[in-house]
Amino acid sequence: MNFDLSEEQQMIVDSVAKFVENDSPVERFRELRQSEQGWEPQMWAKMAEYGWLAVAYPEEQGGFGGSFVDLALILEQLGRGLVPEPYIPSVVLAGGLISKFGSSEQLERYLTPMIEGRSSLALAYAEKQSRYNLNDCLTRADKSTGGWTLKGQKVWVLNGHAADHLIVAARTSGEQFDSSGISLFIVDSDAPGLSRILVKGMDGQRSALINFDGVEVDADRLLGEENEGLAPLEWAIDRGAAAACAEGQGEISEMFERTVQYLKDRRQFKVPIGSFQALQHRAAEMFAEVELCKSTMILAAIQADNEDAGTRKAEISSAKLQLNDGGWFVQKYALQLFGGIAITDEEDIGLFFKRLRVLNGLFGDADYHVDRFQSLERFNGESI
Amino acid sequence: MDMSFTPEQIAFRKEVREWIDSALPPEIKRKAENGANFEHDEVMEWHKILYRKGWAAPGWPEEVGGPGWDVAQRFIFGEECARANAPTLSPFGLGMVGPLIIEYGNDEQKKRFLPKILSGEEVWCQGYSEPNAGSDLASLQLRADKDGDDYILNGQKTWTTHAQYADWIFVLCRTSSEGKPQQGISFLLADLKNTEGIEVKPFLTTGGTDAFSETWFEDARVPQENRVGPENEGWTMAKALLGHERTLIGGVAESGRWLAATKRIAASTPVGVGTLMDDVAFRRRIARLEMRRRAVGMANLRILAAAQVGRAPGPESSILKLAGTEVYQAITELAMDAMGHNAMGWFDSPLEALPEPQQWIASQFNYLRACTIYGGSNEIQKNIISKVILGLPNA
Ligand SMILES: Cc1cc2nc3c(=O)[nH]c(=O)nc-3n(C[C@H](O)[C@H](O)[C@H](O)COP(=O)(O)OP(=O)(O)OC[C@H]3O[C@@H](n4cnc5c(N)ncnc54)[C@H](O)[C@@H]3O)c2cc1C
Repeated sequence: MNFDLSEEQQMIVDSVAKFVENDSPVERFRELRQSEQGWEPQMWAKMAEYGWLAVAYPEEQGGFGGSFVDLALILEQLGRGLVPEPYIPSVVLAGGLISKFGSSEQLERYLTPMIEGRSSLALAYAEKQSRYNLNDCLTRADKSTGGWTLKGQKVWVLNGHAADHLIVAARTSGEQFDSSGISLFIVDSDAPGLSRILVKGMDGQRSALINFDGVEVDADRLLGEENEGLAPLEWAIDRGAAAACAEGQGEISEMFERTVQYLKDRRQFKVPIGSFQALQHRAAEMFAEVELCKSTMILAAIQADNEDAGTRKAEISSAKLQLNDGGWFVQKYALQLFGGIAITDEEDIGLFFKRLRVLNGLFGDADYHVDRFQSLERFNGESI
Repeated sequence: MDMSFTPEQIAFRKEVREWIDSALPPEIKRKAENGANFEHDEVMEWHKILYRKGWAAPGWPEEVGGPGWDVAQRFIFGEECARANAPTLSPFGLGMVGPLIIEYGNDEQKKRFLPKILSGEEVWCQGYSEPNAGSDLASLQLRADKDGDDYILNGQKTWTTHAQYADWIFVLCRTSSEGKPQQGISFLLADLKNTEGIEVKPFLTTGGTDAFSETWFEDARVPQENRVGPENEGWTMAKALLGHERTLIGGVAESGRWLAATKRIAASTPVGVGTLMDDVAFRRRIARLEMRRRAVGMANLRILAAAQVGRAPGPESSILKLAGTEVYQAITELAMDAMGHNAMGWFDSPLEALPEPQQWIASQFNYLRACTIYGGSNEIQKNIISKVILGLPNA
């Protein structure tokens, strides 16, 4: 057992932290949330230059052969600056799927340009009625002469507004709730019949509602096995949840540290408010939650690469629950301890709060992950 | 001890319900049914309709234009307004400075101010907090120096809710620096629109609307006749007013409205072949909060009833503020959870992505993080409870 970062990992952490400090402090996000795209292609290219988009992919794919832990370390630092570039949708979700299940041709056409920072990707899976159930899929892909025809709608597609290529989950057989019969397709975002509606989120980031109105794709756009798309999708969404914990860790730590500083600086009743025992105890409880979040986040990141789905699910669900419950405690009391100023848009603390609330609702909420945990086979044993 | 409603009260409820239903203007009603956000103009339109009916100020005595209702009637009226999702009237005139003037104002002040508060012709805001005087309100620094028949005001208030719409502001200001900080404070009424030297700078809240402002005073003249109560004795009145404010902020009626909204959202959110409202685990979460809200509602009634027979809402109102706001926030959190991915949206999200009844939830959820902060933060309420009610010793 060893929880120390390797030398390379420490270097990554330091360089991302420096990037956030110099190139992408919270003020940059503040400006970008007013813009249409919400993030900047030239900054994406810069992140590619640093190698951060490539880190976790195998060397033969143009990556550095790193692990999910490397991704988590990067995301944690990006979270501290609320960096809005589409790291989770592009690198973790869609890029992860292509890397793991793509043909060599698909890797070259869709993954390579993304790794080089010349394009970005998105994963279109959620539907209006699906909530967190990945098997609830109404979008259909029907066989056509040259390939497939897609019909349906996807909602809250993170980075869907800007992505060059989308991975779309669609039904190639079976009924709405069937586990088998879902397939994944790589679709160009400018394909005829595809229309996107930009949606600005509470957190100032962007997603899209996407309609597929008879979109034709060639046979070589199928990603992985026909009808067997659910397991890869679950795998990707689990990694999304682990990534949310990692990015969320950055935001939680930032909120916590800023709160402690505020307790020292802000004076009322002629003393720093941090001298009130009620607030000292609150800060102590927050600290405990920050540490629990960090612990489960690390465990989830380590197990995200585990081939055993049971272990992966158990740890990632535990981490997501901790983010949604323990992290919520931190974000809620950070606002409370800032007092009135926390409710102003000018104060950064509220921006972190909003981003975290969005992460709470992505890739399964607390109820979803508790349900999933107790439905794991190993839960019926003595201890998990 | 008796909690049942008399036949008269049951008839009264019916009368109120039917009247609200017929009196709500169509656009307001449509918004009410969709849980949408009301514009200031719509709130004032509803205020004026209630005024014409004689129901704008349920808590005021009859001789100054109140309807002369007892506690039960006021309770029923509050419930019915929440049930209909009718706009909540601005509290600063009707719920705060009005009752204060009724209790402490002189006859001229009553004649000058009360009718226009009641009719909604004049809108009010509250100038208590300053950048360095929040929880420690008594350390406030807005200076009021005597000059002839006037006071000259210099300094700054902040977080002034509704200042951007208001005609008048009631301010706590410093008229003396002698003695304890509490001793040199006076309560003044200032004409916000027609006084030179007052500037209102609205700023955005995390809800995305410009709900509050900084209010600056630079040699602003306020006639001495606009002082309520004796000079340097504003603190007692300020505290009495906070008692009123805290029972209002408890938000029992408002949280009932949110519960209803949460159920509507859950019932319209598909899960598998049914809806979220069929999900036992989620129903249990709603039920727990609904039951807890009933406890707060009953405590509210008991405290109001005690105030009715001559006892002002005292430190007990701190309990309502504490427990009420925590249930209230928990219900807004539940509404967000009910929305699933839709909770990511914002009020400017296109309707295809976010149905109208869910459009304002995230904004208000964010704004309502404030209800445990304003009106005396919940930490301050705990200090009041432990010191004033429980008599626990100081460190
Ligand atoms: C949305 C909103 C609307 C508002 N509207 C108005 C308005 O219309 N008019 C008006 O006058 N004011 C208004 N306020 C101001 C509000 O009353 C103050 O924000 C509140 O009193 C807290 O003061 P503060 O913001 O300076 O926080 P601070 O007093 O700096 O408090 C910061 C933190 O320290 C804690 N704390 C402070 N002292 C103690 C203590 N002794 N023991 C333990 N904990 C302590 C507080 O609980 C809080 O968590 C509004 C505020 C908000 C957020």
